[in-house]
Amino acid sequence: MLNIKDLHVKLEEEDKVILKGVDLDVPAGAVHAIMGPNGSGKSTLSYVLSGRDGYEVTSGSATLDGADLLELDPEERASAGLFLAFQYPVEIPGVGNMTFLRTALNAQRKARGEDEISAGDFLKLIREKAKSLKIDADMLKRPVNVGFSGGEKKRNEILQMAMLEPKMCILDETDSGLDVDAMRLVSEGVNALRDAGRSFLVITHYQRLLDHIKPDVVHIMANGRMIKSGGPELALEVEKNGYADILEEMA
Amino acid sequence: MAMAAENSDATADRLASLTMPEGSGWASAARGAALERLQMMGLPRRRDEYWRFTRPDDLNATQAPSAAVLHSDEGSLFSDVDRLNIVFRDGVFDAAASDDLSGEGLEIERLETATARDIHWSKDVYGVLEARGQVPVQRPFAALNTAFATDGIVIRATARVSKPVNLTYLHEDPDSDSILHFVVRVEAGAELTVLENGPAAARFNKCMEIDVADGGTFHHVRAQGRDHERRAVTHLFARLGIGSTFKSFTLTVNGVLTRNEAVIEITGDNAVAHIAGAAVGDGNFHHDDTVFVTHDAVNCESRQVFKKVLRNGAVGVFQGKILVKNGAQKTDGYQISQALLLDEDAQFLAKPELEIYADDVACSHGSTTGAIDEEALFYLRSRGVPTDEAQDLLVLAFLAEAIDEIDSEVIADNILARLEGWLVRRRG
Ligand SMILES: Nc1ncnc2c1ncn2[C@@H]1O[C@H](COP(=O)(O)OP(=O)(O)OP(=O)(O)O)[C@@H](O)[C@H]1O
Ligand SMILES: [Mg+2]
Repeated sequence: MLNIKDLHVKLEEEDKVILKGVDLDVPAGAVHAIMGPNGSGKSTLSYVLSGRDGYEVTSGSATLDGADLLELDPEERASAGLFLAFQYPVEIPGVGNMTFLRTALNAQRKARGEDEISAGDFLKLIREKAKSLKIDADMLKRPVNVGFSGGEKKRNEILQMAMLEPKMCILDETDSGLDVDAMRLVSEGVNALRDAGRSFLVITHYQRLLDHIKPDVVHIMANGRMIKSGGPELALEVEKNGYADILEEMA
Repeated sequence: MAMAAENSDATADRLASLTMPEGSGWASAARGAALERLQMMGLPRRRDEYWRFTRPDDLNATQAPSAAVLHSDEGSLFSDVDRLNIVFRDGVFDAAASDDLSGEGLEIERLETATARDIHWSKDVYGVLEARGQVPVQRPFAALNTAFATDGIVIRATARVSKPVNLTYLHEDPDSDSILHFVVRVEAGAELTVLENGPAAARFNKCMEIDVADGGTFHHVRAQGRDHERRAVTHLFARLGIGSTFKSFTLTVNGVLTRNEAVIEITGDNAVAHIAGAAVGDGNFHHDDTVFVTHDAVNCESRQVFKKVLRNGAVGVFQGKILVKNGAQKTDGYQISQALLLDEDAQFLAKPELEIYADDVACSHGSTTGAIDEEALFYLRSRGVPTDEAQDLLVLAFLAEAIDEIDSEVIADNILARLEGWLVRRRG
């Protein structure tokens, strides 16, 4: 599904290299997790994949089902099935959550040559998905993320994911800021979407999330590249011993 | 106060080109007094404090610069509103195209009919609020209007009037130069909505005086016509009685020159005055909102919300003042003026002012100039919304605070549709 080969990325404005040869292969239906120290480049990787400005890919490639992601505009990547749940969801005053989601959903459908969803069907769908994430009608009406608590913002990201049904979902620290119950809700939301045709890349600092969303592979990222990969036990090791051992072992 | 020579020449030339309409004694007196005011102050000059950002030349000129008539396939605004429609064609009342001048709770007449009467209620308003509004800031074009207005309507609401009175201003002659004057009196406890729509003329001078008695409610929504080359100078003069409500919203889409002045005087306690505007301009567009709100009563609220979206050399001006007089305690005054510049060629000039002589008041004002929020734009795009659509969403979001000042949903939808049309026409 997602193939990243030797990806090198620097900041556009400065001579600062952040990704130094990332290799990653997430097959269809798989759940991969990325852990790694602060500043290792996890969010940068997710931004570069979704097409945010400010980065320059100096070498390497990233494809989604064979399509060159790096050639596409952010909206084209979304329509191609890529979704990023932001580490820091953006507040958009004046744009209602519902309007936003309906516009996004219809734009993606249009881009794929599908019909727009009717207002009635949309309402039914969003009510159902919102309910399972315990997002109330008031939150749906409010401007996107404005005045939402940290946990509400994260749940709102998962709601968007559930509505847009992407095939490649990247979750950047979706668990941070969530209370125990919200963590369960969000995990259930993610697990409900697990499917043979859908893959997940879950970025997290905590093994706990991986108890709920069971990964097939865990990668450790440090200093702009993947330094180690393994099974779920790798996350347990990090939780117990931190990164020192792994970093040393790789040095 | 003596006028500078150049100014007095310009004023004399302009006056020589105008003829004062006939009327009964009180009307002629009101027009004559306005002419005297105008002669005293002269037409505006660039160095006048409130004309520094806007060139008055085209408004001063003896001959109106012509303006091509826009042929649009966009439907007429407010046509889905159950309304009393009154049509002016290049500044001349068109009886055949208009609805009957009557309605429940309404006394409504053409200006020339009202001013021909020896006794008429409009005597207490015509030129009266305009004259009050000449202090402390002079508004020569309003005095000119009172003196020389050739047509208009006087409207008196004596009850809650459910149907809005809609003034439709058609522009058909590329050289038309029109001066219209409207008088509105909302009696105690009555309620009235006035809608205005259209370019009116190549050059349009409009004055509306609105007297809202105790407990009265006045709503005003206007859309200034889309004809690119049109020029307009308009004045709203409002006086608010005890517990009254005044709400005005203006949409301006296109126009090489627009100067909208609003002078609101709150004279009764517990009154509420909101005035808002959304202006969107592309290219040869100069839009100036000059607002003066005076609090002269206790426990009143005023809000000024002005938003401008500018690109491609368009210029926006906001000059807004809140004056809180001595004794106007518990005043709640708010003013915000913001511009969203869609490129680096656009320009916003703002002069926000607060002048407060009471000690127990809460007044705030803010003025900002900004660009599209790139973070928000990326967020929208990352969800699949194409760039131009995402940008339009953000533009509408930026304008939302002003549009929210329109109470009626159907009227707000009309305004939104017009805005969306403008945005869509500008997509690449
Ligand atoms: N726009 C930028 N300007 C300057 N430095 C940047 C920028 N974007 C990223 N960086 C730097 O790149 C490095 C990687 O940042 P990134 O956000 O990808 O880390 P991360 O692995 O997601 O960290 P965390 O676990 O704290 O979320 C950091 O040192 C960060 O400061
Ligand atoms: Mg991060």
